[in-house]
Amino acid sequence: MSAAARPLSEQPARTDRLALMHGRPSAGELTDHLLAPLWRSSPLWWLLFALSSAGTLLLIATVTYTVARGIGVWGNNIPVAWAYAITNFVWWIGIGHAGTFISAFLILLNQRWRGSINRVAEAMTIFALVNAAIFPVLHLGRPWFFYWLIPYPATMNVWPNFKSALPWDVAAVTTYFTVSLLFWFLGLVPDLASARDRATTRARKIVYGIFAMGWRGSGFQWQRYRVAYVLLAGLATPLVISVHSVVSLDFSIAQLPGWHSTIFPPYFVVGAIYSGLAMVFVLVLPLRRAFKLHDIITDAHLDALAKLTLAMALMLTYSYVIETFMAWYSANPAEQYTYLIARPTGPYAVVYWIMTALNVGTPQLFWVPRLRTNPVVLFVASVGILAGMWMERFVIIVTSLNRDFLTSSWHTYAPTWVDWGILAGSIGLFGFLFLLFVRFVPSVAISEVKALSIQLSAARPARATSDA
Amino acid sequence: MRDRSWAHGAYLAEFASADELSRAVQALETKGYRLMETYSPVPITRGLTYRRSRLPVIVFVAGVVGGVLSYLIQWYADAYAYPIDIGGRPMNAVPAFIVPTFEGTVLCAALAAFFGFFFIARLPQPYHPVFEIDGFERATVDRYWVGVDAGDHRSSPDLTPGELYGLDALRVVTLEAQP
Repeated sequence: MSAAARPLSEQPARTDRLALMHGRPSAGELTDHLLAPLWRSSPLWWLLFALSSAGTLLLIATVTYTVARGIGVWGNNIPVAWAYAITNFVWWIGIGHAGTFISAFLILLNQRWRGSINRVAEAMTIFALVNAAIFPVLHLGRPWFFYWLIPYPATMNVWPNFKSALPWDVAAVTTYFTVSLLFWFLGLVPDLASARDRATTRARKIVYGIFAMGWRGSGFQWQRYRVAYVLLAGLATPLVISVHSVVSLDFSIAQLPGWHSTIFPPYFVVGAIYSGLAMVFVLVLPLRRAFKLHDIITDAHLDALAKLTLAMALMLTYSYVIETFMAWYSANPAEQYTYLIARPTGPYAVVYWIMTALNVGTPQLFWVPRLRTNPVVLFVASVGILAGMWMERFVIIVTSLNRDFLTSSWHTYAPTWVDWGILAGSIGLFGFLFLLFVRFVPSVAISEVKALSIQLSAARPARATSDA
Repeated sequence: MRDRSWAHGAYLAEFASADELSRAVQALETKGYRLMETYSPVPITRGLTYRRSRLPVIVFVAGVVGGVLSYLIQWYADAYAYPIDIGGRPMNAVPAFIVPTFEGTVLCAALAAFFGFFFIARLPQPYHPVFEIDGFERATVDRYWVGVDAGDHRSSPDLTPGELYGLDALRVVTLEAQP
């Protein structure tokens, strides 16, 4: 049924559902509602915290075992020298990208809906990067020498070789982490001041007071603050594009069939934002329910995020098609073999086909407007996409390596329990950090939501809905 | 115009909304007050005007310095101090050095934006006279304040508080001069 044929009375209902904010709570109510998680805990939080702490302990145990025994305890062996560790690294870094995309890209595009979810997305970026950084360092084999990658005047008179992709990764990831952290903290300062001024005990007042840096919201401070915030957003924006491009260069500067492709940088960036948006759903949907944020994170936000996810999925599908087509079109037998025979029919064919179904198929649900705002569908689809994107990196890495140029060196990779333990443990660490974040830091940008509320109240209520 | 320290004392008025604060600021400017500052939980669109920030220039310079420095470090390491000939490729490999050069540019510019802001805004600043006011905590929640310097040529202890009440202030607080 077309929109025009619908009875008029139904239309306000739908537009109202897609408003950026429901109700017009006073600034005081809004502040107290958003700060409430900082003052009291819940049994659910403790349960999840216990689970994620167990995951973190598993990570500590498996990493300690790896460092003590060497990376021989993993399943990697020549020719599959990169396997779970690098898959996990690329996966976690990719997840981080959606956070910067939402917080930096969307502020430059003046998208007002970002204010309700940008804090969560930025925190996700930082915690994903903490996880990502573990893997290449462990993979060095002797992680205690990781600082050899940094250019410093050493008594050995040896310098890193910047013509290799490894120091590029170091530069890209450390820059990305630093900028994300600074941007996140700058955004937090006014909200930490609100937390300081609403704190219920003296100890909390002192702790939040220290982190609020003495912010008092003077006109001068706000004016300078906005300048600095937009500048940092502008600086973080190219990082959304560049970091995963640099990661993709680790692969594409090699001559290996399956890696040696010029489409890799944009293909990796799209895949990164795609998996990150799925992680935003996985974090935001439970958060919205647990903290009763339905009036602030509305269906309009879910709808916009789902549309973005669908757009990324279509670009990713295009990359899959072109990558395969180019392999055939190159007339290079090794390329053709990797893409047309080894991946779809080789030992990892099952992973390849599940990956294609999850990454290409799942988001097609989002063509249906009703499903774009259904939390259950969004959550399940997002978990599927996250699994699919992990498999994508596994397929790229392992299927390109396991069938070497000489058939005599072919080797089928299988992960060990340590590989699985580190992967599960890193998910635990991510959850652990995220739970601490929602408990101790305002997880919605309070001052931005208040500003939006004032703006929406000033506009005519019926007009406010068209922003979605 | 700088952030006010209220060293000469001040008269501060509290308002319930951003609109009332904007109107009060305009009225005070018309009356001839110059040394003023506002405090608000959200940035206000029609408030006092401030001198253009120099932060963008600082950030630009830091970015250029970071980029040049990053390239020089790579040139020094791989073309000068420790050159390794791999398959006859050039020692000064411009395309390969571009990646860390770009990252160094962004890193230095971002550090300058962050620390530059805190330097310009004079933070962290644990003490400020306004924190002495009872109920000023609500300035980061839902109350809007405007302060007039007691050293302003228009200020007078007899006239100014009355004028502020005349602008529909909820209350007016007087800060004593700092010893």
